Order: sequence, then C-alpha cells, then structure tokens
Amino acid sequence: MDTFLTDLARLLSLQDANTRTVLLGTGTLGLAAGVVGCFATLRRRALLGDAIAHAALPGICLAFLVVGSRSFPAFMLGALILGAFSAGVIAMVRAYTRVKEDAAIGIVIGSFFGLGVVLSSMIQKRPGGAVAGLDGFIFGKAASMTSADAIATSLVAGACLLVVAALYKEFKALCFDREFAASQGWPAVALDLIIMALVCACTVAGLPAVGVVMVVALLIIPGAAARCWTDRLGVMLLLAGLFGLGAAVIGAALSATLPAPPGSLSRGWPTGPLIVLSAAAAFLFSAVFAPRRGLIARLLAHRTEIVAP
Amino acid sequence: MRPSANSATLDLRAPAATANGSATGIAIEVHDVTVAYHRKPVLWDIDVSIPAERLVAIVGPNGAGKSTLLKAILGLVPMASGSVAIFGRTLREARKFIGYVPQRESVDWDFPIDALGVVLMGAYGRLGWFRRPGRAERARAMECLVRVGMTDFASRQIGQLSGGQQQRIFLARALMQDARLYLMDEPFAGVDAATEHAIVGVLRELRAAGRTVVAVHHDLQSVQDFFDHVVLLNTRLIAAGPTREVFTTANLQRTYGGRLTVLDEAAEAVKHATP
Amino acid sequence: MTAPDLTSGDLWTIAVAVCCSVACGTIGCFLVLRRLSLLGDAISHAVLPGIAVAFMLTGSREPWAMLGGALAIGLLTAGLATGVRRLGRLPEDAALGVVFTSLFALGVLLITWVAPSIDLDPGCVLYGLLEFVPLDMVTLIGADAADSARIAPGQFAATPTLEVPRALLWQAGLMLGNLTLITVIFKELRIASFDAALATTMGLSAAVVHGLMLTSVAATTVISFEAVGSILVVAMLVAPGATAQLLTDRLGRMVMLSGVLGASAAIIGYLLAVWLDASASGMISVVAGSQFAVAAVAAPRYGVVGKLIRNARLSQRIAREDVLGLLYRVHESGDSRPASLPHAQVLRAVAPGFRSRLACWQLRAAGLIQGMSGDELSLTPKGVEQAAQVIRAHRLWETFLSRNLPLPLDHLHEPSERLEHFLTPEIQAKIAAEVGDRSDPHGKQIPSP
Repeated sequence: MDTFLTDLARLLSLQDANTRTVLLGTGTLGLAAGVVGCFATLRRRALLGDAIAHAALPGICLAFLVVGSRSFPAFMLGALILGAFSAGVIAMVRAYTRVKEDAAIGIVIGSFFGLGVVLSSMIQKRPGGAVAGLDGFIFGKAASMTSADAIATSLVAGACLLVVAALYKEFKALCFDREFAASQGWPAVALDLIIMALVCACTVAGLPAVGVVMVVALLIIPGAAARCWTDRLGVMLLLAGLFGLGAAVIGAALSATLPAPPGSLSRGWPTGPLIVLSAAAAFLFSAVFAPRRGLIARLLAHRTEIVAP
Repeated sequence: MRPSANSATLDLRAPAATANGSATGIAIEVHDVTVAYHRKPVLWDIDVSIPAERLVAIVGPNGAGKSTLLKAILGLVPMASGSVAIFGRTLREARKFIGYVPQRESVDWDFPIDALGVVLMGAYGRLGWFRRPGRAERARAMECLVRVGMTDFASRQIGQLSGGQQQRIFLARALMQDARLYLMDEPFAGVDAATEHAIVGVLRELRAAGRTVVAVHHDLQSVQDFFDHVVLLNTRLIAAGPTREVFTTANLQRTYGGRLTVLDEAAEAVKHATP
Repeated sequence: MTAPDLTSGDLWTIAVAVCCSVACGTIGCFLVLRRLSLLGDAISHAVLPGIAVAFMLTGSREPWAMLGGALAIGLLTAGLATGVRRLGRLPEDAALGVVFTSLFALGVLLITWVAPSIDLDPGCVLYGLLEFVPLDMVTLIGADAADSARIAPGQFAATPTLEVPRALLWQAGLMLGNLTLITVIFKELRIASFDAALATTMGLSAAVVHGLMLTSVAATTVISFEAVGSILVVAMLVAPGATAQLLTDRLGRMVMLSGVLGASAAIIGYLLAVWLDASASGMISVVAGSQFAVAAVAAPRYGVVGKLIRNARLSQRIAREDVLGLLYRVHESGDSRPASLPHAQVLRAVAPGFRSRLACWQLRAAGLIQGMSGDELSLTPKGVEQAAQVIRAHRLWETFLSRNLPLPLDHLHEPSERLEHFLTPEIQAKIAAEVGDRSDPHGKQIPSP
C-alpha cells in the first residue's frame, strides 16, 4: 500500500519525464472529450459516439493488417475511417429505411465490434500478432502510449477545443433552438456535421486511454457532472473539461500504480474502467452535493418550503 | 430612419422604409404552394398575398397546416411545388428582414442558458460567423427585455420561467432581430393574462412602426380585437383578406366544418403511390 | 479449401448458439418496435457487476447466483437511468449512458480482480465463451461418469447415455421461456407496443407487460452472456428484429422471421468461424449485421433498391401518361383525322432525355401510339381511350379545385398536371358526384369513364 501511494504521488506530481507526456496526452484528451461531449449530449447524439467507438475496433485491426506492425497513426486513421463510416451508415439507415436510429446504433455496435473481435482473434493467432497490443484498445491502456502518441493526441484535442471556441455561439444556437437558428440562415446540417466530426475525433483520440467500450463515458459523464453546478453553458463547458481532465489523469495514474491483482501475470489494471469510475464518482458527488441543483440542496429547499409558514 | 445594426438603442417608433418606397406593399407572396409531410400532401395549392404593415392572423382548426405554412415560408420544410416571395425577394435575400417566434415545443428547456442569453441569440444573424455578442448587443437585449416587461428575469435559467414568461422571452429575441416581418407560431398559446396584454402591446407598437406581423392564432374570440387581416386555412386556403370582410360566420363554418374528404383521400393516394 | 470436419462438440456449440440467437432475436423484436434497443444495450452492459459479484461470492460461475444478482441489476438499470435523469436533469440517452458505462466499468474491474484466480480472460465478458461449451457436459440419461469408468473401452454401455452441455440446457430453457412468454402474452405485447395508453384503458396494464418484457431481456442477457458476451448480445437482440422489420408488416411474422434469421446467423456464423479459425461469437454477430445490410438494400418493399425501382417505375408511368395527355389534347383540337405531333416536340414537352424516349417506346409497344421515332406520333384508338382517362382525371381535379379552393383559372392546370396521375377511379367517382363531370372550368368536355 505504501509503495502504491508513493508511486501515485510521484506520478501525479509529474516528476517522471516519460509518464509526464502520457498524463498530459490523456489529460488534454479528457479535457476535449468533456467539452465536446457537452454538445453531443445537448444534441442527443451521445450514444452515437458509442457506435463510433465500437466501430473503431475493426478499423484498428484492419490498419494493423495493412501496415503489418503496430503503428499509432495508422491505428488512429483506421479507427477514424471506420468510425466515420459507421456514423454515415446510421444516418443512412435513419433517412432511408423504416428502422429507427436506436436500432441502427445497436446493430452497428454489435456487428462492427463483432467484426473487430473476429479480426483481432485472427491477428492474435498470427506470429507477431500478440505484439499489436490490440487488447489495450478494448479496455484502455494509457501506459502503452509513447510520448509521440501522447503529443499527437494532445494536438487533436487542442484542435477540437479551437473549433469549439470559434463556433461557440453557433453550436449554442443550434443545440438550443435548431429551428430558430435555421430561420436565421445558419446551416444547421453543416454545423451538425461539424459536431459529429468533433465527436468522432475525440472518440478516436480517446481509444488508447479509455478503450473502445467505455470511451463514450468520457463524453457523457463530465458534462453531466458539470451540469449540476451551473445553469450557464460557458461555465458548464469549463467544468466539464476540468472534470474530464481530472478523471483521465487520475484514472491513468491509478492504472499505472495500483498493485496488480493477486496471481495475475503482468496484466495490470486496464485504464478505461478506472477513468470511467473516477468520472462517475465526480458525477455522484456533483449530483448530491452541488448547491442549488444537487440532491441535498433540493431536499433542504423543499424542507424549508414546508416548514416556512 | 432605420436603426443601424450597431446602434445601442432600438427605436420601434421609427417607421420602416419599404422596398419600393410606397407606404404599403405585399409582405409575402405565396404562389401555389403545396407542402408534403412524409410524402403526403398537407397543404394544397396555397395561393395568397399577405399585405405589409398589418397584423395578420392565420386561423384554422388543428392539423390545418398553419405552422407548416409558416415553416414553408421560412424554408424550414421543403415545398413540393410553388414558390414564396418576401418583399419581392427570395428567402435567401429576405432572411435578414424576418424575425421568427417558433412554438415553445421545439425547444430544449433544460438547456443551460438564461433569459438574456436567449434574447442575445436574436443578434447572432447580424453578427455573422465567429463574432461574439458584445456590450452593444447586451444593451439592446436589455431594452428588448424592457419592452416585454421581463428585465427582472434576465439571469434566470430559461426552464425556470412559466409558459407566458418563456413566450415573452421568445418575443424579445425576435424584437432583437429588428425585423420588418415577424412570423409568430401561436404566440398566445398557453399564456397568462399579463403576458397576453404584454404581447398585444408589443404587436401594436410594431404595427405603428410600420412592421408586419403574421401570427398563427388559435383563439377565435380575439381575432377581431387584435388582427386587422386574416387568413383562413384548412389544408387549403378558405379565404384571406381584411378581418372585417373575411371573418364571417359562413367562412368560419367552411374553415372549421371538417375536412374535404376528397382531399384527404387524394393525399392518401399520393402517399400510397409514392415509394 | 476442404470443408472442415465438424465434431460432436461443434454440433453442440451450434445448438447452443442457435438457442441463444433465437431467444435474443425474438424478444428483441419488441425492443426494436418500442425504440428500446439502447435499453437492451444498456442492460447487457449493466449486468456485468452483478455477474462479477455473484462470481466472487460463490467462487464459480454457478448459474443461479449469477442469474439472481444480474437480473436484479438488469431490472434496476431502467430505474437507475430514470433516477439519474431526474437527479442530473439529463436527456434520457445520456442518463442511460452514465448508468451503464459506470456499472460496466465496475464490472470490468471486479472481473479483472478475480480473473487470475480462476484463469479467466477478462475480455470474455465481451465476446463470450462459446468455444468452451462442449467442455462442461451434464448427464441427462444413463450412467454417470463414475459408472462409465468401470466399463472397459470398446464395450457397449449397459444403458444408453445422453450428455448435453450445461450451456445448452440453459439456452434451450431460455429460448423456450421467451417463446412461451411471447406466445402467451402476444396480443398484450402487440397492443402495448403500439399504443400503451390504449392498452391500459383496456385493462391490460402496459406497465406489467413492460416489466415482463424487461425481465425477459435481463434474463436473456445474463444467460446469453456466457455464450456470446455482453456486446454481442446487443447485436443478437437488435439485428434479427430490425431485419425482420424490413421484410414484413405483420408482428407474428416478424417474430418468427427474427427467430429464423437469428438461427441462421448462428449456424452460418459458427461455420465461418471454424473455417477461418476466428472468434465464433464475433462471426455470428457479423453475419447478423450482414443480414440486416442485405435486407436494407434488397428487401422487396422496404429496401433501398426496391424503393429506387418503384420510384423509377412511378416516374416512367407519369411520363407515359404525360405523353398520352399531350397527344390527346392535340387530337381533341383537330378534326376526325388523327392528329399528330413531331416526336422531338413530344420529347421536349414531357420529360428530360431518356425518360420520355422510353415512354414513347413503351406506349408504342403497348399499341397505344403509332409512328416511328424521328417521325410524327399519334394516338391509336386504344390510345385515345387510355388518354381520355388521364384527361378525365386532370379535368375532374381542375373542377374540384375551382369549386373548393379560391384559385384563379390559370392556376388550375399545373396542380392538376401533378395530381392526375394519382386519382384512383374511386376518387374520380366521388369528385364527379360532388361537382359533376360534364365540363371543366375552361369549358372543355370531361371524357366519360
């Protein structure tokens, strides 16, 4: 236990050079995902991010098959292409068939992920397949990111934040009252596509840290936590970014330092679940303790209403 | 004198100049417009001229297509046939002259935004891409809140307001657009007496300032009090003209007396045949 | 490639997969219809901590404990999501996302913790353990293992034995359970799916039906989890039902089709997996997804290709009727000699390019017009009859419009040009009865039916 805490403290104080960049990469990613995720949730597109994430797995496997070895940029590109493709498939099913969007998302999640599992199982059996580290993309393994990977992730995260800053009022108008925005002449469809592209980028960038299955949580939960503290969009975005950053950093740090489960080989703890649970803890805390909107605040207000004459 | 886009004050008493310089003209020319929803026609061959500088009511039973007509004029729903001209221009050119007050149902009321923030959205069109609202816009937004009597609620989250208060905020947002033509979808639906009073006051000021208001209105009792021009609609045009002339028992019977079965059957036939 | 040899182990596994797919696909129909697919997704993720805890408490994958714990959480998922939605003022899908990702994360951590002590790969929670099915056999009939040891190899056993995989008992039971439930409350499910308010007023509590359906989904998820894992349960819950939705309009057929589709996906998927030496559960869900893709494109009524074809056919019919109408008007205005129009003029007037050429060709082939291309075209007597019907529809509509809509005379032609192709004889008769069918507002005669 002692070594765990000292390790953790050391990690979080950013003294270790190579872990510094990994934490930075994970942190900026958490920041961007938290912010972008707010808009995805406001546009009711949160679970579309889940579909994109699950579709990324076959993309990563295909990239490995094409390139022949582990290559972070190739993996990310493969994930992006398949992710965008899956979003397009869902949009087309919604537009051109009688099948509704939720069913389309479910089908994509199940079958694209199934394809990923198939490809991954075939890859594992080849020589050199185990080195691919594909397993790390399922539940997340922040430690497998090199500093070059982390820098690339930070750049993507930064670009997403820039787009949000530039188009802040346009996104705000679109999410609050799409009809009014369209009546003013704003290109609602194009703005929607930009939001989806940002979701795609953050989802894909989040895969190494959080993994395919749970990256959508990094989009949803920080925003949900932030919402409890404020009624203003700007403040909400800021808080969501901070919660995302904190959850990502804490989760990554814990996964690197927690003692491995008894009897395991060198497997260690996957990062994804730790990040998600950190974020969930933040949400629970916010939902219960936030002033005015939190559970306790509302219960107290209710009681004073009854008690007051 | 038209207020400039950047001026801090909004003078509603200043009359608006019209395109051809004359005192009155046609605000909206609807030419043979048919609108389909899910392949089924819901508005049939609407052909009507709406005059400028009037308060115009669009009246009809539920499902008559009144909101659909407004949305078709604004380009929010596609037209199966026909065309619309606004002050003699296409929609694209005329957008900057149009203010829109949509129905309250279309909005996400849990959205983290306060009343002032909603009103500021009215300035977004003028600001264009990337620019943020500044001090001038905030001042104008506060003035619009004064006009609708909602200054005390400026920093309230929008979901905490009552229906009537929300409606007034929407109206303030439209006033922020400083438009020549206002399209309002059921502005009086579900509002309290104070709000109704406030809205009527704003409408009358707008008319005095030479603006045009076209509102979908559901309450037959008040049409004659508030509106000087009326359009009677029931999936097709029944009649349109000055309220005195058109708002007759005979016309109302035709409007509210049930739908034309032939039109309904033809609509079904079109929907059925279209893949 | 030679066909792979299927062992009896393979056959048992296929049986398990089939039962699982049928169970998921049939109850999944109702998730698809009621737009609850994502709730199915959520439940299949949320049950994981329940399974993990039961695991840890009992030290084995003892089914009853797993079933109980996981079922509880599965049923709670919807309630938890509602709670989170109210607590955080979130939209519904976001609340669901918060709940199931958090629970799933918890489950993964728990499983990771116990996994080394029972030699379990944590990834199996996602894609199941189909390959291990034949390893856990249960004796149904006959001598058990201890007795069989006393029988020398090669000798016939004194009594016939029947061993089945434990998983098969569970999956078959699940399948029968789901099918029974669906059959017994079929009409309740049908009403509750389409109109919950109506169902409740008729005394069939929609809430009860909803609860039964959710219980079934949770049980299905937990039991199938071992076979195909949580993420792939989602595919088997949703894909067969959605595919069936594209193939039929009737609920009973939809449920049966989804069962058939699920079973075939299981068989084909497993065989492909053996052939390619890949993950069986992954392959099954890929096949299920492919079935949906094929149906989305090729389904006769609701597939994209079918729609495109029907669209093209409609446009072609409209073009043909336009040609007939055009030639009729010319015929009408002339004397008894058959009037004609140059081919090129007809082409220009009717529709762009290929469409009008094809229309003329089709009309010629049907004996409705005469005249070669590049020449003059005119109506045959049979063509006159057909064209008259088109004109009848056109002029009836003009009359109807002029009586009921305040449209000026010159605004009547265009709408009637569009509507004339859709007015059935019934509608025409109704219009004729209402406004008479002698002449149209322009004074032209309306042809008789």
